[in-house]
Amino acid sequence: MKLPGAAALVTGASRGLGAALAEELARRGARVVLVARGAAELEEVAGRIRAAGGEGHALADDVGAPGAAARLAGAATALVGDLDLLVHNASSLGPVPLRPLLETSGDDLARVLEVNLLGPFRLTRRLAGSMALRGEGVVVHVTSDAGREAYAGWGAYGVSKAALDHLARIWAAELEGTGVRFLTADPGEMDTRMHAEAMPEADRSSLADPAAVARALADLLEDDGWPSGARRELAAPGVAPARA
Amino acid sequence: MKAAPFPRPCPGEERLLHLDARSGRVDHTRLETLPSLLRPGDVLVVNDAATLPASLSGTARGEPIELRLAAAAEGGTWWAVLFGAGDWRLRTEDRPAPPRAQVGEVLRFGPLAARVEATSPLSPRLLLVRFDREGDALWAALYRIGRPVQYSYLGGDLSLEQVQTAFAGRPWAVEMPSAGRALPVSLLLGLARRGVALARLTHAAGLSATGDPALDEALPLPERYAIPAETVRTIGEARGRVVAVGTTVVRALEGNAAAHGRLVPGEGVTGLRLGPGSTLRVVGGLLTGLHEPGSSHHRLLTAFCPLPALEAAWRDAEGRGYLAHEFGDTALILAA
Repeated sequence: MKLPGAAALVTGASRGLGAALAEELARRGARVVLVARGAAELEEVAGRIRAAGGEGHALADDVGAPGAAARLAGAATALVGDLDLLVHNASSLGPVPLRPLLETSGDDLARVLEVNLLGPFRLTRRLAGSMALRGEGVVVHVTSDAGREAYAGWGAYGVSKAALDHLARIWAAELEGTGVRFLTADPGEMDTRMHAEAMPEADRSSLADPAAVARALADLLEDDGWPSGARRELAAPGVAPARA
Repeated sequence: MKAAPFPRPCPGEERLLHLDARSGRVDHTRLETLPSLLRPGDVLVVNDAATLPASLSGTARGEPIELRLAAAAEGGTWWAVLFGAGDWRLRTEDRPAPPRAQVGEVLRFGPLAARVEATSPLSPRLLLVRFDREGDALWAALYRIGRPVQYSYLGGDLSLEQVQTAFAGRPWAVEMPSAGRALPVSLLLGLARRGVALARLTHAAGLSATGDPALDEALPLPERYAIPAETVRTIGEARGRVVAVGTTVVRALEGNAAAHGRLVPGEGVTGLRLGPGSTLRVVGGLLTGLHEPGSSHHRLLTAFCPLPALEAAWRDAEGRGYLAHEFGDTALILAA
C-alpha cells in the first residue's frame, strides 16, 4: 500500500510498538489517528508527530469498551477521511505478575478478551464494509507467539492472541476478492513496558527496539507482497527472541 | 402504515415491494431477492455517509434544550436546530418551544459549549453555532456527548452503531441514510458477483423534521455531497439502469447533473427538490424505505412513478402489514 497520504488508525499508540508505529507511519506521510486510554501520554506522541511535520490526531478511548468502535470510527474518519489502514495493536496482558489459569478469574479473562479480541472485532466490523465497497484497505492484527505456543502463565493473553489470529484468517476468507487485506504481525520480543510487566527479569539487551520493529512493519506494508490472511514475524535482524 | 419500532435482526428477511414504474404492477418479495430484480450491467449507487451523533442535550440560560446538528458550515461552524425541553420520545411538533436564542449567547452541553453566531431568516430555531474547540478535541467531545437523532415512533433508545449502514465511511449525515440500512455487505458482494456494478457517493443527509412548520416546509435544506471520479466513470459506462439507494443518492446525482449539465466528479451542495414531472438525467430506479404520503421524501418518489400508482402500491403494502420509516421495509421503484 502507499503510505503517503494514507489515512491510518493505530490502537495502543501511547507507547511501545503502537507509538513507534504511529510515528513511523506519519514519517512516511500517512495521516495517523492514535488511540489509547491515557490521554496525556497519547497527546505527547501525537504532539511529537506534529512537531516533526507529520499529521497525528489523538483520540483517547478504551478499545475494549462496548461503544468505542462507533465513537472511534466516526471521529477518526471525520479527522482523516475514509481509513486505508487499521492497526489493532492495543492489548492487555491481564493482571500482572502473570499467573496460571487456575489463579485467573473469569472476569480477568473476559477483560483481556474485550481488549484483545472484541475491540478489534468491533472496530473492523464497523470499518471493513466501507473498505470492501471502496475495494481497498489493510487491517493489521498485532499478535504474539504466545498465541501459538502454550506458555504456562500466559493463559488469558495467549488465548486472546490465538483467537485474534483466527479472527484475522476468517475476515480474510469472508472478504476474499474485495481488495481488503487482513494481516497478522508477530513483532517478537521488544523492549517495552508491557514486556517488562510480563517478564521483569528479562535481559533488556536481548530485546528488540520497537522503533526497529515499526520500521520493519511499515516496510512490509509498503511492499504489498503480504497476502491477506498471512502471518508474518517482524523480529528485527540480530535479535533472537528467547522466552524464559 | 405502522412504523417498524426498532432495527430487526435479519435485514435479508425484511419485505421488499417491487413497483414497476411503467406498468404500475406490484410484486411482494423479500429483500434477499434483490439480486434477481437487477440485471448484469445495472449500477447500484449507495450513500456511504456515516451518521453523526447529531443530537446534543444541554441548557440555554439554564433551561433544558436539545440541539440537533443540521449541516457543517464554513470555517468549522454548524447549522443546527434548537428544540425545547424533552427528547426524541416526543413528536417534534409536540415539543415545547425552546428559549429564543440570541446571537452571542452560549449553549452548554456538559463540558462542551457552543456560541450562537447567527440565526436564520427561515426560522429563529435554525442557528449557526461555533463550538468552543476544534479538530481532535471537538470530534472526541461530540462522540462522547452526542446521541443519534431518534424518532418518536421508536420503542427504545438507539445506539450510534444502530444508525450506521454496513458500509458507512465519513460521518456526514445527521440522520441515517436509511435506505442503505437494510443492505448487508454480503448482499452487495452477491450483486457484484452477478455483474451489477456497485458505486458510492457521500451525501450529508439532513434532518427529517423539526416541528417548526416554516422550517419543515423548507426541508431538505441544501446538503453537501461528494461524488468520486470512479462513480462517474461507472455510471458513464453503465449498460443497464442506474438504481439509487435512497433519495439522498438521487439528490446528489441529479443535483450535480443539473448544475453541470452532466455528471461530474467532486464535491458540491444541492438544494434540488424533485416532484411530479421532474426530469431525471441520471437515475432510472430507486430503492427506498416507505415513508408517509405528504412528506418531501414521498414527493420525490413521484419523479419516478405517477402518484396514483404510488398510492395504490402503498395502500397494498399497508394492507399486507408492511412496516414504514427508517427501520421498516423497502420498495424498489424500477421499470422492467
